[in-house]
Amino acid sequence: MNKFTEDDLREELKTKEYEYGFYTDVESDTFPVGLNEDVVRAISKKKEEPEWMTEWRLEAFRVWQKMEEPDWANVHYEKPDFQNISYYSAPNNKPKYDSIDDVDPELLDTFKRLGISLDEQKKLAGVAVDVVMDSVSVTTTFKKSLAEKGIIFCPISEAIREHPELVKKYLGTVVPTSDNFYAALNSAVFSDGSFCYIPKGVRCPMELSTYFRINQAGTGQFERTLVVADESSYVSYLEGCTAPSRDENQLHAAVVELIALDDAEIKYSTVQNWYPGNAEGKGGVFNFVTKRGLCEDRAKISWTQVETGSAVTWKYPSCILKGDYSIGEFYSIAVTNNFQQADTGTKMIHLGKNTKSTIISKGISAGNSQNSYRGLVQINSRAENARNFSQCDSLLMGNECGAHTFPYIEAKNKSAIVEHEATTSKIGEDQLFYCNQRGIDTEKAIALIVNGFSKEVLNKLPMEFAVEAQKLLEISLEGSVG
Amino acid sequence: MELKDKLISSFFAFEEQVDVNNDVHQLRTKAIKDFETIGFPRKKEEDWKYTSLNSILKEDYSLFPKKESAIDYNDVKKYFIHDIDTYCIVFIDGIYSSQLSNTTHDKIDACLMSSALHSPKYKAIIDNYFDKITPKDSGLNALNTAFSKEGAFINIPKNTMADRPIQILNFSTGSEAALMVQPRNLIVVGENSHVQIIERHQSLTENPVLTNSVTEIYAEKRAQLDYYKIQNDKGSASLIDSTYVEQKQESFCSVHTFSFGGKLVRNNLQFFQRGERIDSTMKGITITEGKQHIDHNTLVHHIEPNCESHQDYKGIYGDKSTGVFNGKVLVEKEAQKTNAFQSNNNILVSDKATINSKPQLEIFADDVKCSHGCTIGQLDEEAMFYLKTRGIPAKEARALLMYAFANNVLDSVKIPEIKQRINKLIANKLNVNLGFDL
Repeated sequence: MNKFTEDDLREELKTKEYEYGFYTDVESDTFPVGLNEDVVRAISKKKEEPEWMTEWRLEAFRVWQKMEEPDWANVHYEKPDFQNISYYSAPNNKPKYDSIDDVDPELLDTFKRLGISLDEQKKLAGVAVDVVMDSVSVTTTFKKSLAEKGIIFCPISEAIREHPELVKKYLGTVVPTSDNFYAALNSAVFSDGSFCYIPKGVRCPMELSTYFRINQAGTGQFERTLVVADESSYVSYLEGCTAPSRDENQLHAAVVELIALDDAEIKYSTVQNWYPGNAEGKGGVFNFVTKRGLCEDRAKISWTQVETGSAVTWKYPSCILKGDYSIGEFYSIAVTNNFQQADTGTKMIHLGKNTKSTIISKGISAGNSQNSYRGLVQINSRAENARNFSQCDSLLMGNECGAHTFPYIEAKNKSAIVEHEATTSKIGEDQLFYCNQRGIDTEKAIALIVNGFSKEVLNKLPMEFAVEAQKLLEISLEGSVG
Repeated sequence: MELKDKLISSFFAFEEQVDVNNDVHQLRTKAIKDFETIGFPRKKEEDWKYTSLNSILKEDYSLFPKKESAIDYNDVKKYFIHDIDTYCIVFIDGIYSSQLSNTTHDKIDACLMSSALHSPKYKAIIDNYFDKITPKDSGLNALNTAFSKEGAFINIPKNTMADRPIQILNFSTGSEAALMVQPRNLIVVGENSHVQIIERHQSLTENPVLTNSVTEIYAEKRAQLDYYKIQNDKGSASLIDSTYVEQKQESFCSVHTFSFGGKLVRNNLQFFQRGERIDSTMKGITITEGKQHIDHNTLVHHIEPNCESHQDYKGIYGDKSTGVFNGKVLVEKEAQKTNAFQSNNNILVSDKATINSKPQLEIFADDVKCSHGCTIGQLDEEAMFYLKTRGIPAKEARALLMYAFANNVLDSVKIPEIKQRINKLIANKLNVNLGFDL
């Protein structure tokens, strides 16, 4: 029998280059590097933004200048030089497409190689994709059928022009410009992103999704997403990412704001597979993201994330449970391999009465990676009968990696019930032996066990994503047994 | 004058009281410089995120009591564990009281730090152990080291069982309007030796007292140590207790902390496992009321393989009190086959009470079993109902349930008299008389 040994695996992993590491040669309109008020103004002008928006950006920029880059996270990296980044890059040939056929074929080819062929998705899954390639939305599908329901799903730049009243009302209400270093930076220079508004009582008929990609060399990516679900509406939003291989570290500082008004529900799923750097830990994407949702009465926000990429991840999707009976959920799988570092988790702020939150976090670390869970559960004194359940499990593969748990639990109300548990263990020798004995090779067995370990979270993903995510887990952990 | 400046300037006065030619004095002079740079901990520091010392640092503490105060044994008898035979090391306002103490040099040494520092007989021990494991980045440790002069010195030689438990009692008499004391204890348990220690801080009046205590414990191979801290001080007394334990292979150490009293209590408890097959246990019961603030900060550093650690802290928080639990388990890469368990359970009995819990795991080894759990909840309504149907009044029923909640921490207490004492303290604290000894 052809035996695939661990050495072979290790060898394969070493030689295996990032699968999606290619570079599309699309002419880009790129700003010179550096950041000052003029650059902020120029970005705003380029996007044909109204005066109030320019002012909003400038204010954020002024706040940002006074702030310091945070260093409390359990990650170590060379801090990016913010004056050495180009803050705007847009594919040059940018007509407004009527149909998918008009899209630059080279772009389409990019997506095909990523396995997310637009037309296929259009046909099979019924997914409307707001494709973001280097910050500017190139194409939006299914816009018509959404428009019939009164749903607005468009690039945020378009929303600023066409629905200023909505954007003005909600932008920056959940993540204020002064919230943190990266949020302020994003507010000042965000180039584009998605805006979504679901009117009262509407159930969005399809999964909305965007794909983020980082394409142009040396350009930072600053996405801004705003999802507003009006009373009694429902939306499921998918975000997935892959980025081309690049040696120089790329910065990504996105801001996502979710607003769920009374009785609304938002489900936000992310699959993140940016370039994690090569086996020596060189290169890779810096992922510093601020994601936060606000729940009004009886509203529900559910975050699901599968994080397999990026060299450094700094991400805490949070829920502010402001309304009574509101619910926050967080399901996460974070996989780190080689020299990846992830510091991720959530914040559940219970303000309203009878609020509930659930946190399920699965961390898998392999190679030389460091994987941290950092979470805050805060029960304020007004939050009667608040309930939280948190579970953080870590799986360690190999003796060079680390798993860390930093939960912060603050309770100020006597009726609160908070449970937190965390475990750390490795894949049992006996489990592997059992699989081997049944003719399943070690690699497959690991995939099987990891899948079982992450099942609770994978189950929460929409169907199409669940399949993709499962594959991603296998790819990310290939050859990490030793 | 700020307390920090006052402390630094009074160091010169302190130098006149001690032998400046002693090796230890070099540590002191270095420590006062460290304290000058580091200062008192601020809330910005991660370890002090939930505890502010501002309210206790603004008192005008006198650092050296002017006169020696004597107290009558009968007045303080209740603070001793008096129903068993023990060795006692008693300090009044930081000064050794030979009248109340019962020290020994027979087989084991249970005596004074001041005499150990000056006796050539103990020079080797002081050189080997003094100030070796206290983390140097802490301003409070530096401050204690700078003013280290008095405290308990316990040395259990190889292959010795201490024939009775040792009590360390610190009384403050309130002869000063406000007093700051800084006891420094050193405990060395030799190979195959065994000792039990009980520690208590007690102020006798309502005058403010600030105690900044540092205890270093060294457990050699196969040594066994049980340490009980009873903290049931007056509402005007504050305590910062830092205890550092270094264990060698196959040793067993347990520290039980019972925190019921005090205005602000901060317990820094750190274990360093330098050897294989070590067992470290730390347990605690905290019951608070009023505006008390009690903070437990623990660390278990698993450095070598095949070791275990157990942590179990229970807290019941009432009125406007605040509880903090910050437990950290650090497992190094070499520490394979580590089993580390940590559990923190809390009950809030008042709407104004706060609990901040931060159980941390930092793990660098793959073949480990580590878990932590933390809960915040209430008493079971159904259990309450059951007890009430059986004719037990609500107050007693609540006390019974709380007692049951905290009880398993007491299971590992090896001295029955301490168990009884703690039971009494719990009943007092919960303000009930159950009609039977719990």
